[in-house]
Amino acid sequence: MIADLGYAALLIAFLAAIYAVAAAAHGVRTKQSRWVESGRHATLIIFPLVVLACGLLVTLILRNDYSIHYVWSVSSLGTPTYLKVTALWGGQAGSVLFFNLILAGFTAAAMARKWDNELPIMPYAIIIASITQIFFLFLTVFLENPFARIGAVVAEGGFPAILINGPVTYIQNLFLRPEFVPPDGQGLNPLLRHPGMIIHPPMLYLGYVGFTIPFVFAMAALIARRFDRGWIRITRRWTLAAWLFLGVGLILGGRWAYDVLGWGGYWAWDPVENSSLLPWLTGTAFLHSVVIQEKRHMFKGWNITLIIVTYLLVVLGTLNVRGGLVSSVHAFAQSNIGWFLLAFWTFMIFFSIYWVYQRRDQLKSTGEIKSFWSRESAFMLNNFFFLMITAVTFFGTYFPVPTELFTGQKVTVGAPFYELVNGVLFACLLILMGIAPLTMWYRTSTRWLGRMILGPLAAATLAVVILFIFGVRNWIALLGFWIVIFSLILTLFEFFKGASARMRSKGESPFAALAALISRNRRRYGGYIIHIGVLVMAFGIISTELYQQETQVRLARGSSVEIGDFSMTYTGIEVNAGADDLMITSANVDVYKNGEFIRSLTPRTELYTRTRQPMTIPAVRSTLTEDFYVILVNWESSTNEAATFRIFLNPMINWVWSGALIFIAGTLVAAWRDPADEKIKAAAGARSRLAVGGAAGD
Amino acid sequence: MASLRAQWNTNHSRILFRLGFLFGALLCLAILVLPAFAQAGSGQVTDDEVNAIAKGLYCPICESTPLDVCATQACADWRQVIRTKLGEGQTEAEIKAYFLDQYGPRALAEPPRSGVTLTVWLLPILALIVGGIILLRYFRNSRTTKAEESVAVAPIESPVPAKEVPEDGDYRSRIESELRDMKR
Repeated sequence: MIADLGYAALLIAFLAAIYAVAAAAHGVRTKQSRWVESGRHATLIIFPLVVLACGLLVTLILRNDYSIHYVWSVSSLGTPTYLKVTALWGGQAGSVLFFNLILAGFTAAAMARKWDNELPIMPYAIIIASITQIFFLFLTVFLENPFARIGAVVAEGGFPAILINGPVTYIQNLFLRPEFVPPDGQGLNPLLRHPGMIIHPPMLYLGYVGFTIPFVFAMAALIARRFDRGWIRITRRWTLAAWLFLGVGLILGGRWAYDVLGWGGYWAWDPVENSSLLPWLTGTAFLHSVVIQEKRHMFKGWNITLIIVTYLLVVLGTLNVRGGLVSSVHAFAQSNIGWFLLAFWTFMIFFSIYWVYQRRDQLKSTGEIKSFWSRESAFMLNNFFFLMITAVTFFGTYFPVPTELFTGQKVTVGAPFYELVNGVLFACLLILMGIAPLTMWYRTSTRWLGRMILGPLAAATLAVVILFIFGVRNWIALLGFWIVIFSLILTLFEFFKGASARMRSKGESPFAALAALISRNRRRYGGYIIHIGVLVMAFGIISTELYQQETQVRLARGSSVEIGDFSMTYTGIEVNAGADDLMITSANVDVYKNGEFIRSLTPRTELYTRTRQPMTIPAVRSTLTEDFYVILVNWESSTNEAATFRIFLNPMINWVWSGALIFIAGTLVAAWRDPADEKIKAAAGARSRLAVGGAAGD
Repeated sequence: MASLRAQWNTNHSRILFRLGFLFGALLCLAILVLPAFAQAGSGQVTDDEVNAIAKGLYCPICESTPLDVCATQACADWRQVIRTKLGEGQTEAEIKAYFLDQYGPRALAEPPRSGVTLTVWLLPILALIVGGIILLRYFRNSRTTKAEESVAVAPIESPVPAKEVPEDGDYRSRIESELRDMKR
């Protein structure tokens, strides 16, 4: 009953999305606003329907109803309650439903806003947003039904028999009532039972889905021939929020990999990791590039291209993660939705290209770059570098696909490739990041620019020389640190410059001046704080990548091993039963630094006996200078309880996480609404309405 | 003369003594160190050596998992293969070639720099060069447009010899420096 109700809600939502497209299209064609309004209402109603469906699914999980296949596959009687709730996105069908939930929510929020001056683009926004929703609801309703009963029949036959068999079996399955209901479920994938992993998919989805809204507005503005600046102002906070969520999702994924997966690192350039990185890269470029359109009416072609590419990368990323296009450690869910995602992706490519071509007159710039040494030029270079990194990463990620198609051999493009190529490109970006705030609109005097750079240049060189004296000899590290220090000084100087100007003119104290400076110009200084966060992260990444030490050794009980300034003694091992089907093997080790006892650690392996899935959980001792990170690789119960350990010394790695926190703080500052700003905007809006004379719907 | 010879003898013996001491110390050091070499040579391959090579390989059957990280029994067996080969004295290149031969290019962390996979390495470089050329041409064009503009601005017909149109850049930088001075 509950399952049928949930399915019905989803089916109605799907039909509502189709209606929304039809109504809005009809309304805009016949210039009848009541049809467009009707379409808008349809998009608003999709959200409560999907919320209902999700609520019902969670209810089924909490009730341990194993007649529903999804409930059986992601939970068990022993699963704790909070994990039963998060199991909503623990498997393929639930994950796609969860994606729909966020998509419906964001779309409803975007459609529910006051349209005012932007009323002309609303019909097109409804249409494009609804097309996206139609597709993803289609996936849920017809291909990955979370309310499907256990024992559902899979349609047989290849193309074209599947065209008949597919729908027939689908309808059969809707009325299926299983005779045998399993007494217990499979249980949640052990990887998903840890806190970091619980929040990581929602964050990424918020980011992915978040980027569809700017895409909708940009395309709608383009089609409605209103591509100037309005849509940028509307979507600025959406873009920032989506970008933040995606970034946080990436950072959480890295942190989780470090804390739980136990291979000593946090980023492996895995195809699925790259899938979420790619839209973030183009999203960052987009975020910067729209500033130029706002200030100088330029880069329109760049901006529409960047947001289209971001949206397409989001869909492609979903295709990769959910459809298993390039198999990776994440691809625990391969199913038939891959082909449909590919079809949708292709459709949206053609859709976008068509409209960009049709409305190419909208993309002409009214200004141009007058000098290489200008702010416009800096942003152009910014776009260039981000696009290059995207191209390289895209190419490396998807290269195995055509290779496998044409040569039959699967190729791996692993970490070394990306580290080499992207490392150089990111280094260039870091330099640009430091210099760009100094550039002026139109033209910067090169002599002046040179003079401004001289101080930080000298300071960075001095710092690096000091590092060299203190033993840092790796030339890549020295170069990296030089770049970080150089850009850091330049960025901090922006705060110093602004605050001291305020102190001089208004007599404020340093602290008040700084606070007021940031508060009055949240976008700019929030952005600079983000840059500082990035530089701190870069420092941590350079240190830990180039100076990581590791060793693996088999120790008898009571023996020790030395690495760096540390030594570790293995004191004992024990095996315990945990919750549900868990078996935990934990080793006790004592850690010493320079001969002094620091603390004991407990690296362990967890074996989920039902699915026979092992996990190695590292034990870490963290300080700002380094992490002592130890994994229990193996142990022998027969001999003298000998155990094999793998130890990593990760220098400065906690600067990566600290930098991430600064990064997040900066984004919040940049996104925070400024009441003074709002008043100015409202007044400007009122003035323009008076001038236009109320004919807002041209 | 005799004293010189005596001096030389003393110096000579001093030097000899020191040399001898040095040699003896080195010999002791060598004796201490030698067992380590002997141990490595006799097949006692350390886990670190195995991991160093496994890092450059990917598990042939798992999805995108480096061989030193992969926790499955199959991977443990493959690491044992590496260990055996290292014990036999094979080099890293030989071991990698073995894996390439047995399991294909998917076993390597980096695509081999030959054949079809050479494109993985060439294309980024190509993209950078092409992108850079496009960028340069864009900037050159904008500068030509600016030059054309300043020529168009200058009077074409004039009985008086046309004054040189002041360079935009100098003008702006002068304004900037004056503004800066005002700030101070």
